Formats: sequence, structure tokens, C-alpha cells
Amino acid sequence: MMHRALIFSSLNPIYSQLSTTKASPDSAVFPKRDGAWIGPPPVFRLQNYKRTLLPPLCVASDSVANQPKMASQDEQDPRISKISSAIRVIPNFPKPGIMFQDITTLLLDTKAFRDTIDLFVERYGGKDISVVAGIEARGFIFGPPIALAIGAKFVPMRKPNKLPGEVISEEYSLEYGTDKMEMHVGAVQAGERALIIDDLIATGGTLCAAIKLLERIGAHVVECACVIELPELKGRERLGDKPLFVLVSST
Amino acid sequence: MSAYRDKDPLIHGIQSKIRVVPNFPKPGIMFQDITTLLLDPKAFKDTIDLFVERYKGKNISVVAGIEARGFIFGPPIALEIGAKFVPLRKPKKLPGKVISEEYILEYGKDCLEMHVGAVEPGERALVVDDLIATGGTLCAAMQLLERVGAEVVECACVIELPDLKGRERLNGKPLYVLVESR
Repeated sequence: MMHRALIFSSLNPIYSQLSTTKASPDSAVFPKRDGAWIGPPPVFRLQNYKRTLLPPLCVASDSVANQPKMASQDEQDPRISKISSAIRVIPNFPKPGIMFQDITTLLLDTKAFRDTIDLFVERYGGKDISVVAGIEARGFIFGPPIALAIGAKFVPMRKPNKLPGEVISEEYSLEYGTDKMEMHVGAVQAGERALIIDDLIATGGTLCAAIKLLERIGAHVVECACVIELPELKGRERLGDKPLFVLVSST
Repeated sequence: MSAYRDKDPLIHGIQSKIRVVPNFPKPGIMFQDITTLLLDPKAFKDTIDLFVERYKGKNISVVAGIEARGFIFGPPIALEIGAKFVPLRKPKKLPGKVISEEYILEYGKDCLEMHVGAVEPGERALVVDDLIATGGTLCAAMQLLERVGAEVVECACVIELPDLKGRERLNGKPLYVLVESR
């Protein structure tokens, strides 16, 4: 089965192609410390990636004259290809038909994990962001290193009944039914500038709930940041006017 | 050992940021809430730095973090010491092939899982969690790592509840904590 996706930037067409091998989807595949793969490569691998150098983050004090030109933004950062190839795709998890994007293999590649964090830190450092909110549980892996590097606090957004103490809750829709996300009362002050981090954006429902929680207490959500986007699920549109920054786009 | 006994001046700052929430998750339990520590960038950084100082340059190639609060402390430590981060998760969360270790709770049992192939035999590993209580979860984590042939060098937690004697349950494995709470 071949999947082909076309991703365009404004100046350079970038084509994405999933390679296929005959490897069994059940093969455990992990990079060795020297970067070589143990065992056969996974069944599907993203080859090329959406450009990631989006316009630098706007802060209120930026004048229009300070905005960089579009031309400088179409080169893909050389770190992206290693990050993308370190992500393992597991077919039919958690149920048939879903191609699960597994970031745990990225975490085993010390350089790629470091680069992932660096790419976010380069974008958000020095932009007066005081809150990094991470969505349970994989947002807890990427959020804290970013928060520590940019000098922001880390705020966990959790499933119900996990946070002790007073919380505010936001309900959101699932494919079947609803779920709830909670944040501690008092963790974030009105007027604070916040990022929301998760490993992946699919439909955008979870990120939307997180945005609402932060906005309800008067924080300003500057951007949502994910390692991976599944663009066919149109999560970006669901975020409305909130910008989304991702490193890897997977179709 | 614990940093507390060394009376490190940073420890007082870290301990003062931990919030105790009474009667959570049920009556009688004094819950040690580390989320307030995470709201203080300096105290959070000091926490990580204390672990990094201890483990850097010790040829540790794996930091295993226990879901979910171990995911907050483990990755920053792993990144700083140049180790890979391995999440240890509740059942059915990890997508690939896993090995499981069952452990006893106060009422009933639970299970911890790790991806097959994430850790190789002979690797030197740390296990990280926010807190050690009875030690049941940390034990299960150590078992998983030892079953694949890794060497668990130490278990590292921010907080220990010494009255629950978790340290004794670790079968002689060293435990390092920053703060003791009685």
C-alpha cells in the first residue's frame, strides 16, 4: 500500500512520500545509540516534511518593519528529517484503521530529542512567555524541557480527578462521547502569555479544550505547538484564530 | 541517601514549593502536590540540576520515567545527561510490543508496561518518579528494566514518604530523594 501526499510551500513544492517495506508491523524497531536501526525499518516512513520555518512569533511590541521576509522561511531546518524519521508509525493502534504516530522512538534518539526541544526553544525563547501548558500525558514529556529552557512555569493539563486541589474543567467531544480536561485554579494569572504543548494534533479537540481553560482565566494563548500534525483531520482549522506550529506533518 | 540530610540550601527552597493537599485522593491521605513546584521556574530548575549533578558523567544511558509525573522530571534529566528517555506506562497506552509487570496495590493489582527493544542488555538505567510511597510502582519499574538485562543504577524521586518504608522494598537498590515528608 502506497500513500502519497503533496505538501506545498509558497515557493517550493515539497512532496511527501511514505515508503513501504515488507517489515511486519509488529517488529519492535528502535534506534541504536549510534543512530542505526535495530531490525527492519517500520512499515511506513515519512520522507519529506512540511516547511517548518513559519513567520517568527509576533509579540505585541514588534513593528511591521521587523517582520522577516517570506523568502527566508522556505528552507527546511536540517534537523527536521532526523526527527521525522525517528517517529515510528504503528498501524491499527489503538484500533483498526488508525496509523498511530509513536514518539517514543524519538525519545530514544538523544540527538533527535534534543533537536526537537531546541527547535521549540529557539522559536519561543525571549518572547515573554511565562506559561507552558502541557497536555497529559505526552505533553508532559515535551513541555517541561521547553519551559525550563525559556524560564516559564509548567502547568499540567490533566484528565479528571488527577489534580489535587481546586480545578477548573472543560468538557470536549470525542468521536463517541465526551471527555474532560482540568487545570489547577491559581496556576495561571490573567494576562500571562501561554504556550500549549502536545505531541500531536489530530482533530484539535483536546487543544481547543486547553485553549479554553487558559482563556477562561484570562491568559493569552500565544500559540499551540506540537511535534506532529495530521493535516487531513483539520485540527488547525478547529483552533480558529490560534496559531499552530508543528515540526512534522504526517499524512 | 537523600539530599535532605546534606542540608543543601536549595532543598529548603524546593521543599517549600511542594503543596500538601489533605484528604486526596481519599480521606486520611496527605497528598504531596508537586505542581506548585513546577510553577516556580527557579525551584523546578534547581530540582532538575540536583539530579543532573548526581548522574552526569556516570555512563547512564537510560532514564525511565513512571507515568505520569515521572514524565515531567525524567525527560529534562535525560536530555541533560545525554540519556534516552523511556516511558513506563499504564496498560494499553504504549502502541508497540510491550513487556508487562504486575504489582500489588492497597486493594487489587495494577500493571506497568515498557516497550520491547527500548532498552538493551547491559545499559545503565535510572528510574525516576515524583514520589516514592510504598515502593510498589518503583519495584515494578526495576523489574521491567532488569528483565531486559539492564542494570538499575538508582531510583530517584523528588519526595520520599519514609513512614511507608518504600526504601526497604527496593531490594537493596539505592534510592536518592531530595525531600523527606513525614
